Amino acid sequence: MRLRKLADRAFTLACFASVLLVLAPLFSIVYTVASRGARALSIDFITSLPAPVGEAGGGVANAIQGTVMLTLLSMGITLPIGVASGIYLAEYGRSRLADLVAVARDTLAGTPSIVAGVFSYMLIVSRWGFSALAGAVALSVLVIPVVSKATEEALKMVPREVKEAGLALGLRRWKVVAYILLKEAKAGILAGALLSMARVAGETAPLLFTSFGNQGYAGGFLDPCSALPLVIYVYATSPYEEWHTQAWGAALLLMLAVLSINLAVRRVVRG
Amino acid sequence: MKIEVKELSAWYGSHQVLRSVSMGVRENMITAIIGPSGCGKTTLLRCLNRMHELVDGARVEGEVLLDGENIYDPSVDPVEVRRRIGMVFQKPNPFPHMSIFDNVAIGLKLAGVRDKRKLREVVEDCLKKAALWDEVKDKLDQPGGRLSGGQQQRLCIARALATSPEVLLFDEPTSALDPISAMRIENLMLSLKREYTIVIVTHNIQQAARVSDYTAFLYRGVLVEYGETAVMFKTPRHKLTEEYLTGRFG
Repeated sequence: MRLRKLADRAFTLACFASVLLVLAPLFSIVYTVASRGARALSIDFITSLPAPVGEAGGGVANAIQGTVMLTLLSMGITLPIGVASGIYLAEYGRSRLADLVAVARDTLAGTPSIVAGVFSYMLIVSRWGFSALAGAVALSVLVIPVVSKATEEALKMVPREVKEAGLALGLRRWKVVAYILLKEAKAGILAGALLSMARVAGETAPLLFTSFGNQGYAGGFLDPCSALPLVIYVYATSPYEEWHTQAWGAALLLMLAVLSINLAVRRVVRG
Repeated sequence: MKIEVKELSAWYGSHQVLRSVSMGVRENMITAIIGPSGCGKTTLLRCLNRMHELVDGARVEGEVLLDGENIYDPSVDPVEVRRRIGMVFQKPNPFPHMSIFDNVAIGLKLAGVRDKRKLREVVEDCLKKAALWDEVKDKLDQPGGRLSGGQQQRLCIARALATSPEVLLFDEPTSALDPISAMRIENLMLSLKREYTIVIVTHNIQQAARVSDYTAFLYRGVLVEYGETAVMFKTPRHKLTEEYLTGRFG
């Protein structure tokens, strides 16, 4: 009896210890980024362009613009393709082709992000040069599988009875899918979309040779653009103390953005 | 006859569940299909509005005439059939995240009815017919999934009524409900038969006796006996029927 109680205690303790082990790095990162980044943060930092090397001040407004552009553009590409393919696989995919699509998608989900960058480089940059669009395409390649899988799983979670109820009302199948099943699966799909947004906002590697970076604002989707992760990468590896501080500041901004997206996901999932 | 089933056989893959069933369903009557578990009664019901074929590998042979027209004719659109024949399922299945109002209105809305007043009228009318109006009239915008099981089932009935079908199919509509909710559904069916033709599948013999005018007894996919409920329950012609009705198997 005592042994059993002891074993129970030991197990609980072990679980608790591993929770600490998981949380410790997270808090350490949050603390470091917040304390170092806070020094860089100011209205000026968010609203002005980078200052020339050696000059004090300057900000990352162009990188914020770039990250917003890249995120919106890649979501614009990802959501229609991801959701549509998820619908296909969940509702219509009963063939060899569907199996093939599913396997291809799950393989794509494991693609290293740098490879996605290479893909976009070959497809777009090699013809039309560096651009926000090229960056967004690379990012989309990374997260289309995420949205597709989330959509498929969310649709499969909708009880069979609900789908039959729609069909028994004499509704066409596409209407049942579009107006009833998608509505029931909304939370899961939205969660997948938000998670991929967070991923897109934080990716660096595929942007290095697609959206490339820009010292000023991008004039449009066909111009090269900066991005927060790019700024962090470039500034952090530079020899200037001033830039290091700014890199921390940019990291803090990015972290806050990703954190708020993740909180949004939790809200959505709990519905 | 509202519906005539002619030599209907049905399969799941290579497994035959209905063997050449023939029977008629009279207009504005309640016809009960009874029989032990796995006898094919639900399959027979789902063949009447072409829901059976939605299962992978399911197949049907024979004819089902609705007002004299074979619903399995290649020229017939199954969607049109399902519009004329509504269905209520064993497990209450409202659209859980949709409001109570939309649960009832969705069939019309998706059929292109935009007129708000007309939609309100139909929703109120159907909820009243389903004896649910008084309980939900102040919370029509709440999700249907939040109602109790019995209320959900009545909501499903209202939803089926909204597209104004001619026939209503009930697949063991009370087996997931408490006795009081079950009784309400039974009373509801009795009041609905003035306007609709009703077919109900039930494993509850007493329920069949209480609500139905005609009863069909199925056993292992074969229609053993079919006739007026009052007559069949008193003097079953077939020995199997008698044994089933007296609870010797099932």
